[in-house]
Amino acid sequence: MSTMAIDKAGPSRKVKYGSMSRDRTWALRWSYFFLVLFAIFFLTPPVYMLITSLKSSAEISAATNPWWVFHPTLSNYVELLTSNQFLRFFWNSSIVSIVVVIITMLISIPAAFALARMKFWGSATLATGVFLTYLVPDSLLFIPLFKMLALVQDLTGITLLNRWYVLLFVYPTLTVPFCTWIMIGYFASIPKELDEAAIIDGASWLQTLLRIFIPVALPGLIAATIFAFTVSWAQFLYPLVFTTSVDQLVLPVGIITTLIKGDVFNWGQIMTGALLGAAPPLIIYAFLMDYYIAGLTAGATKG
Amino acid sequence: MADVSLRKVIKRYDDVEAVRGIDLDISDHEFIVLVGPSGCGKSTTLRMIAGLEDISDGDIMIGGDVVNDVPPKDRDIAMVFQNYALYPHMTVAENMSFGLRLKHYPKAEIKARVTEAARLLDITDLIDRKPKQLSGGQRQRVAMGRAIVRNPKVFLFDEPLSNLDAKLRVQMRIEIKKVHQKVRTTTVYVTHDQVEAMTLADRVVVMNKGRIEQIGTPNELYHKPATRFVAGFIGSPAMNFIPCRLEDAGGTLQIRLTDRIAFALPPARAARYNALPRTDRLLLGIRPEHLTEAHAHLDPGVETFDTVLDVTEPMGMETLVYFGLDGTPVCGRVNPNAGAKDGAPMRLAMDLNNMHLLNEESGVVL
Repeated sequence: MSTMAIDKAGPSRKVKYGSMSRDRTWALRWSYFFLVLFAIFFLTPPVYMLITSLKSSAEISAATNPWWVFHPTLSNYVELLTSNQFLRFFWNSSIVSIVVVIITMLISIPAAFALARMKFWGSATLATGVFLTYLVPDSLLFIPLFKMLALVQDLTGITLLNRWYVLLFVYPTLTVPFCTWIMIGYFASIPKELDEAAIIDGASWLQTLLRIFIPVALPGLIAATIFAFTVSWAQFLYPLVFTTSVDQLVLPVGIITTLIKGDVFNWGQIMTGALLGAAPPLIIYAFLMDYYIAGLTAGATKG
Repeated sequence: MADVSLRKVIKRYDDVEAVRGIDLDISDHEFIVLVGPSGCGKSTTLRMIAGLEDISDGDIMIGGDVVNDVPPKDRDIAMVFQNYALYPHMTVAENMSFGLRLKHYPKAEIKARVTEAARLLDITDLIDRKPKQLSGGQRQRVAMGRAIVRNPKVFLFDEPLSNLDAKLRVQMRIEIKKVHQKVRTTTVYVTHDQVEAMTLADRVVVMNKGRIEQIGTPNELYHKPATRFVAGFIGSPAMNFIPCRLEDAGGTLQIRLTDRIAFALPPARAARYNALPRTDRLLLGIRPEHLTEAHAHLDPGVETFDTVLDVTEPMGMETLVYFGLDGTPVCGRVNPNAGAKDGAPMRLAMDLNNMHLLNEESGVVL
């Protein structure tokens, strides 16, 4: 519909110089067109998940229109939410993600502050190094990491592998470099005079960080927090590798390993589990979206 | 409050010497302005006094104590920055009290000091606002307030008015002067604006290429510049420098500007310059206000000449006239009613009682 309208109007359009509003109108129409297109593209899978999650197994396997629910049921939700196993996955995921976010922030904030502000020998190289670490994909890292942790386990006698808390050591290898990198950019955009003023006012480095930098860079910190949480929550490869017992699994791996039995896919529950799993990040994004966008773009221009 | 002394202070960045051995004594209560073009080392000097830059060599003393290795917070100084550097997440009151709160002053005293500073700066109504709700001038007042509440030994100002528009700059200049008259804290003020330097300072330090060119009261610098740089930097429009040479003519010493124009020097000047070799390449330094329209009655030492004006700039209370003397552009200041017109001939008078003579090579005022 919208393409038709644009094509028809296109050739008959007279060039009117100085007509800003006309150009603007067309720019807006095109934006809407593509926005709607992308919205449809990206929203179709979740909608399909929602539809499937409301169907019984019989209806899913029946040869009816897959895009419509003829006999809606909440049985999948009831089953999952009353299953101790699923709640266990949810709990594991929550505790891992929250603790990883805390660990990440505790490391990234001071690291970014030091790299952005304390000029020391090699600080610039180190900052680039931090970012390069992030570029190494987890599919390359998991084997050496596994070996390392196995070695630590052998040497110390502390059981790490196949325990949910091993993820607390593993996830930060993904989250810390990126979060540090975002915050270096954010801290660097804070005018130098601000910390000089604080230093002259008598603040120590730590006080400057806690009382000036963190409050001023709050949008950036929130962006980094959301990122760390999302990465931890959605991580699949590492928990798949490092945890195997059912009671140690996090949500993404738990859903796949327990709801697919051999070649039997329990589609209704898989979709329900995935939807329920997507809820926490979604809620966080919804509340903090403005901060997130402000945080990601703030480093780009001088603040 | 305290005096500040710099002894052979040097600042090197890798191979570049930004500050090349500065000696400066600032006495208690004094308002000192460091002025010079960008890159002259004035801000670096200020930042070294603040402790924000390490010094490469020499000594800095505040109140008699060498502070070379004392961190900024222990130097008991306060600084006002060009971009205000207010903490954006704090209110005006919180901004002003931040330093005191860090030092755990009693709440009642903090409140009293903030209230007093706010009253002094006329920002009492703004005390609960955030910096982004303030105008540029108000922000600068808050920045000054933040310095005042600390009651430091020394105030340091780093181009505090450069971000303000021209009108506000004049207004704030007066405010700063008033504040200094009230609190009498030793002040070091950096600016590239010679008008600010002249109007604010007890003494002005003119810097160029990392060195001090001259230290003096505004009047001394204006009337008795030591070098061509100072002579040209202080005063607007700038002093004219006209190539010239000395000649003996019939027992009097005269100064020859062009083939056509030569003036007998007034007796006082003639006595002063008589010993100079006649062969030296010299510059006549004369300020535009000493090049005016010729009157019927001429004071002694005032000489007239005819020229054709290139351009005139009516300023209202005066008209600036531009003309050439053997290719050297010269600026004069005439009465707006003197009838100066672009391209028109005019008879001008040069007041040689206020002339300066400079060695062209060394730039030294003779």
